[in-house]
Amino acid sequence: MTALPIEPVPAPEPRWRALRGVNAGDRIYRGTLTVLAVTLPLLLLALVGELVVSAWPAIRRFGPHFLWTSVWDPVAGVFGAAPMIFGTIASSLLALVIAVPLSLGVAIFLTEFAPKRVRQPIAFLVELLAAIPSVVYGLWGVFVLIPFLRAQVVPPLRVVLGWTPFFDGVFYGNSLLAGGVILAIMIVPYIAAVSREVLLAVPGSQREAALGMGATRWEAVWTAVVPYGRAGLIGAIILGLGRALGETMAVTMLIGNRHDIGLSVLQPAYTMAAAIANEFSEATTNLYLSALFEVGLLLFVITVVVNALARLLIWQVARGTAVGSRAL
Amino acid sequence: MNARRVRRRVVNGMMTGLVGVLSFLAVLALVLILGNLVVKGASSLDWNFFVKNPVPAGESGGGVANAIVGTGIIVGLACLIGLPVGIGAGLYLAEFGSGRLGWIVRFVADVLNGTPSIVVGIFAWTWLVKPMGHFSALAGSVALAILMVPMLARTTEEMVRLVPHSLREAALALGYPRWRTSLRIVARTALAGIVTSSLVGVARIAGETAPLLFTALGNLNFTTHILEPMQALSLQIYTYATGPFDEWPRLAWAAAIVLMGLVLLLAVAARSAIRQGPPHGAAR
Repeated sequence: MTALPIEPVPAPEPRWRALRGVNAGDRIYRGTLTVLAVTLPLLLLALVGELVVSAWPAIRRFGPHFLWTSVWDPVAGVFGAAPMIFGTIASSLLALVIAVPLSLGVAIFLTEFAPKRVRQPIAFLVELLAAIPSVVYGLWGVFVLIPFLRAQVVPPLRVVLGWTPFFDGVFYGNSLLAGGVILAIMIVPYIAAVSREVLLAVPGSQREAALGMGATRWEAVWTAVVPYGRAGLIGAIILGLGRALGETMAVTMLIGNRHDIGLSVLQPAYTMAAAIANEFSEATTNLYLSALFEVGLLLFVITVVVNALARLLIWQVARGTAVGSRAL
Repeated sequence: MNARRVRRRVVNGMMTGLVGVLSFLAVLALVLILGNLVVKGASSLDWNFFVKNPVPAGESGGGVANAIVGTGIIVGLACLIGLPVGIGAGLYLAEFGSGRLGWIVRFVADVLNGTPSIVVGIFAWTWLVKPMGHFSALAGSVALAILMVPMLARTTEEMVRLVPHSLREAALALGYPRWRTSLRIVARTALAGIVTSSLVGVARIAGETAPLLFTALGNLNFTTHILEPMQALSLQIYTYATGPFDEWPRLAWAAAIVLMGLVLLLAVAARSAIRQGPPHGAAR
C-alpha cells in the first residue's frame, strides 16, 4: 500500500466569517465575549507570574536543595520542603489505596449489577459526597473519625501488622492515617463519577460478546468491560489523585502538621497545602514567605501535570465528550 | 469440570456482593457524615444562633449572624465578578471557540480547574491584600471568583453546545443579527443549563475555606464593609473546630449544619433546574 500524502488540514473557517463586520452589534458582541474569554489565559499568566516572582528569593537561595532537604527552621532561615512533599504524596497514595477499590466498586455496581431503579439515586448520593465542604470533612474527621480510628481500627491493625514499620509508634490521632482516610472519602465521588461515565461509554457489544461465550456477569465485566475502559479508569484515578494532592482544609485539620518523614502511617505528617494554610500568616520574614510561595508553586506544577495526564487518558476513551465535567 | 463451574458461579456471586457492599459503604459514609452533623449540631440551632454574633470565648450563647451575612456577601460578590466572566467565556467557547484562541482558553480553563484552592488564595493575597495593606472581603470574593470562572466557562460551553443548530439557522434565516441570535435564541434556549452550571459553581465556592484564610481572614464582629476583614461560615467552622474551648465544637457542628444546608439547597436547586431541561427537545 502506498502511503497517502499527508497534507495539513486547514482549520475550519469560523462559521459566519462572511458576515463579520456587517453588523456593528455583532462586532461589539464578539469583542465583548473575546475580552471575557481572554481573561482566563491572562489570569493563568498572572498566577504563574506572581508565584514565581514571590518564590524567587527562596529559589535563588536554596536552589534544587529545597526539594530534598528536610530542615524547616524559620528562625535560622533554612528551608527544605522534603517532608511536605513526602507527606503530600504519601497521604494521597494512602487515599488512593482506600478510594480506588471503593469507587471502582461503586462504578461497576452502578453500571453493571444494580437494579435499574436504584442506579440514579445511588449515583446521586455518592456524588453528594463531593458537595460536602472540605472544612466539614475536617470537623467530622476531628470529632468522629479520629476517635473511631483510635478505638476500632488501630488496635486490630497493630495486632495484625504491628511488626511492620508502617504501623509503628503510638497513635495520638492526628496522623497520616487520619489524613489519608478523610482524603479517600473526599475523592471517592470524583473517581466513581468519571469511572462510571467511562464504563457507560464501553460498547454493549463488549459485554454481549463475553456473555455469549459463556462468561458469568462478573467475568464479562472483568475480562471485557474493564480492560476496554482501562485508560479511562486510570485517568479517573489520576484525576482523583490530583484532587487529593491539592486538598487543604480537611488534611490540615487531621494530618498532625509535623515536619517529619516517617514510614509509619500512625505518626503525624505534613502536606504542602497544609503547610501554606498553617504557616502563611505566621511567616514573619520575607524568606519564610518566599519559601511558602515556592511550596505553592511546586504544588501548582505537580497538580497541573497530574491533571493534564488524567485528561489525556480520559480523552482517549471518550473522545470529544467532556467526561468528568459532571463530577464537579 | 463441574467443580470449576461451581467455582466460577461462586466467584461471580462473591464479586457481585462485593461491589454492592462497596457501594453501600460509599453511601454509608455520606449518611454517617450528615447524620453526625444533625445529631451533634441540631440541638444548638435556635433563633439566637442565627441572629446573634459570637460572644467572647468562655461565655455561653452567641451565634453566627456575622458569618452567615459574611458568607452571603462574599459569595454574592464573587458571583457578581465570576458569573459574567465565566458565562461570557463559555459563550465565546461555544460560539467562536473553533480557532486557536478557543483551544488556548479551553486548555487554560482545565488547568485552572485543577488548581488547588489554597494556591489561588495566596495568589489573591499577593494581588489584592498585599498592595492594599489589609485583608478584605473583596479579596476573598476575587479568590472565589477565580475558582468559579474556569469551571463555569466549560460547563456553560457544554450547555450551549447542546442547542440544536437548526434553531440557530432558523433565527438567522429570519434575518436576526448574529448577536441577537446568540443571546435571544441560543443562550435563552440553554438558560436552564446555564442556571444549573451557575448554581453548581456557587455551591462549590460557598463551602470553600482555604482561599479565604489569607483574604477575608475572618472577623469576630458584624460587618458589611467589603474592604474590611469579614467572617464566613467556613472560616468560623475552622476556628471553632480547632480551638481549645469546650463550647466551640458544639458551635462548629451547628455552623456546619447551616453551611451544609446552604450547599445542599444549591445542589438540589441545580438538579431541579436541569430536570426541567432546555426546551425545544435539546438533548438531556
